[in-house]
Amino acid sequence: MKKVAVECRHIGLAYGRTEVLKDITLKIEPGEFFALLGPSGSGKSTLLRLIAGFNQHNRGELLVDGRDITGVPPHARNIGMVFQSYALWPHLTVFDNVAFGLVERKLPREEIRRRTEAALELVGLREYAARRPNQLSGGQQQRVALARTIVIEPQVLLLDEPLSNLDKQLRVTMRQELLALQRKLGITTIFVTHDQEEAMTTADRMAVLDAGVVQQVGTPAELFDFPVNRFVANFVGTMNLIDGVLEPAGDGVDFVAAPLGRLRLPRRDDFAPGPAAISFRPHVVQLQDAAAARDPALLWIEGTVEAAEFLGETTRYRVRVAGLALTADQAHLGGVRNFSEGSRVALGVAPAQLRCLRE
Amino acid sequence: MNAATAAPASATGGTVAALRRAWGVSPGSLLALAAVIAFLAAFLLLPVGTVFATAFREADGSFTLGHFASFFTTTLMRESFYNSLVVAAASVAIASAIAVPLAYLTVRFEFRGAILIQTLGVLPLIMPPFVGAVAMTLIWGRSGTVNLLLDEHLGLTIPFMQGLNGVIFVESLHYFPFILMNLIVALRNIDSAMEEAALNLGCRGWRLFRRVVFPLALPGYLAGAALVFIKVFDDLGTPLVLGQTNLLAPQAYLRITQVGLEDPMGYVISVIMIAFSILALWLSVRVMKGRDFTTVQKGAGGLARRRLSAGESILAYAGIVLVLLVVLSPHLGLLILSFAQIWSFAPLPDAWTLRHYATVFADSTFMIRNTLLYCGLAAAIDVAIGVTIAYLILRTRLPGRRWLDFAASAAIAVPGIVLAIGYLRTFQGVQLGGVPITQTWLLIMIAYAVRRLPYALRSCMAALQQINVSLEEAAEMLGASGWRVVRRIVIPLMAGGILAGFVSSFITAAVELSATILLVVRESQAPMSYGIYLYMQSVAGRGPGAALGVLAVALVAIGTYLSHRVVERAQLANAPARGIEAA
Repeated sequence: MKKVAVECRHIGLAYGRTEVLKDITLKIEPGEFFALLGPSGSGKSTLLRLIAGFNQHNRGELLVDGRDITGVPPHARNIGMVFQSYALWPHLTVFDNVAFGLVERKLPREEIRRRTEAALELVGLREYAARRPNQLSGGQQQRVALARTIVIEPQVLLLDEPLSNLDKQLRVTMRQELLALQRKLGITTIFVTHDQEEAMTTADRMAVLDAGVVQQVGTPAELFDFPVNRFVANFVGTMNLIDGVLEPAGDGVDFVAAPLGRLRLPRRDDFAPGPAAISFRPHVVQLQDAAAARDPALLWIEGTVEAAEFLGETTRYRVRVAGLALTADQAHLGGVRNFSEGSRVALGVAPAQLRCLRE
Repeated sequence: MNAATAAPASATGGTVAALRRAWGVSPGSLLALAAVIAFLAAFLLLPVGTVFATAFREADGSFTLGHFASFFTTTLMRESFYNSLVVAAASVAIASAIAVPLAYLTVRFEFRGAILIQTLGVLPLIMPPFVGAVAMTLIWGRSGTVNLLLDEHLGLTIPFMQGLNGVIFVESLHYFPFILMNLIVALRNIDSAMEEAALNLGCRGWRLFRRVVFPLALPGYLAGAALVFIKVFDDLGTPLVLGQTNLLAPQAYLRITQVGLEDPMGYVISVIMIAFSILALWLSVRVMKGRDFTTVQKGAGGLARRRLSAGESILAYAGIVLVLLVVLSPHLGLLILSFAQIWSFAPLPDAWTLRHYATVFADSTFMIRNTLLYCGLAAAIDVAIGVTIAYLILRTRLPGRRWLDFAASAAIAVPGIVLAIGYLRTFQGVQLGGVPITQTWLLIMIAYAVRRLPYALRSCMAALQQINVSLEEAAEMLGASGWRVVRRIVIPLMAGGILAGFVSSFITAAVELSATILLVVRESQAPMSYGIYLYMQSVAGRGPGAALGVLAVALVAIGTYLSHRVVERAQLANAPARGIEAA
């Protein structure tokens, strides 16, 4: 099967005066597992439906395999979509659901049977062929929906929140299955989700959308380690953000923020003078008693423990530093006593873990 | 207090507590239950049972299938049976041909005509087919308006009203909205993703309709079609008014009125009619089983709608106007007839007059009074029983409570004529204050109550289902006892539904004819529906008959409209406080 690229060039979509998508430019490489991540209302599903042909963009071009398919009706696109609700037809058996697209393509009966059975085999539901969708569990319905879509060998596979209707454990199993299947078929896949964990664990690359705008595109690690703005920083993982101003000072840079006073940072390309937010992830913080000896390689901030949430693997502390509430995660080891509420602590962060956000 | 008096008291208290614990019922609701069961037993189960027993018994009381054998060996009976099937099936077919395109048009496209189509839904409720049947002959008959015009301009005539055609034509025009409304609801409930998934796999247009959309709406269609089949199969008034007596319902009527109550054939026909009603209902339920195709997901809309182009719009409107003209022809015809001086062998009447209304007001106001009396009492009985059954079913764990719903709803499958025959036979010789009960209007009123009970019951069930049980629990927590909770919380909150039930019982009873026609023994007992039928028997009576028909339709239409408004307002006023909906 030929692997194809999907490319959005300056795509805009507006309903009346409401702009749903603004100047979307993205290139999804052939065979890539690509995630569209964003909160509800960010336009991610709209973009997916637009690629399937259920919405039409007002501006820009949509290229599949280098060909502009703007205006091609959905039934002629050969782009498969798995719906959030699965949309399995209750009046048809599992077999007939899966065979549906092949019947539309007027294939010989024997080939329909062979390919339908192969698709059901692929998702491990061959013995369920005679059942009705409402006799299947959520995970099985999900697999039927998947089989129904891949059996037509679409150029592109679209998945609209495919795991959101499953319970947590099944979600983890299904996303591994989904990934294995995608690798096996090598089909270019675009996957919409609001769950960052889902996106990060499966996608080769992902795009974060907010308010109809692509905020950032990159591999999960790139987005997590180097978010370009506050939205991405907060949506992908948790981030401590401290607003202030960077000022040149001697051989370093001073970060001036009301709650902290003046903090000396090393000189770095991204620490250019001007207003900025300095940020760091909760898990890079080293938390210790305020009175304990401090590692001079780290930057230190003092505060008071305000709350602690025990999450099992880690304990998440909320530390009050003047007007700020900072979050710090500490790995939990059996027998180690946690910091109690009200205790004075020091938060240490390696300068290399600091990020400077301007937007 | 001494031990002797305390013991029985605590024993009673113990029984009450045990009842509550086991079934969630109070002694008061058990009393209500007993009353409901007694009513249903006396006026539904016993009479219908009597009909069955009579059909299967020799004069000496021994069991026999002989009456059925002679039914199927009598040519007239066989022919009537066959005709009834043909008329019912053909009516369903024609009604479908009208309803399916209209339903699809409404759901699929954005255009204003959709509201027109929606209003069609109430037409069969406000005017039963027999009322407009005579007017229909004047418009569509051999020498009616349409054929006179066709003959004059094209030199041809179409036998719309000839023989059974007339019955089929009139019935399908009246009852197609049952299919239309059910189908619209079913189509609206289809999740848009169902359609998109098919488009995504390369299916569209007619194939999309045939392979996905219609199969998903099929349960709704079948529910409507079964209803139309039963209504037509059981209808007595229309064939009588049109003079087509070789059908089952008219045969049953003629047998009882002309041969007498002892003639077994009337009972055999009754059993066959009930059997077919049950069969049609059973088939539609059976097809539904395991196929709850209500597929709308949270937040997802129905089928994708599209705007019609200018050309398509014109075509659609032209089609709808044409259908509307045909569908409204009985109503228009009735109105014209009520103002016509002479209307015969002419496209329109030669002269106009208000005389018929004067005649009706001079001679027949007692009929209007009778209708208000019978239907008002019947509807009151219906909502009382409806509330009781709804409460027992939804709020108690009484064993076998579902049977109550089943028994009360079973009246749907009992044709009016059959119920009337059952009453005459069962209550033969029963005296009430020295007067045979079959000579009084009581049975007419009770027949209305029994026949329209299913409507009221549905309304009451729906209303109670919408009330979150926590509202009652809150009242109980604050110290209100069972009956006080019902009176202070349940009934006020159900008021809209109760009223809707009352009105739908009332208005459908106001135009009931098939039981009425057999139970009215003196003209002074006649309600409006009987009066219309009586007037329509003679050519001279058509004018006043039409005028009375117009009055009945107006009464029913106003009632429908008012209840609609009141229910809407009640729903707004009683909308749950914010946050409850999400729960």
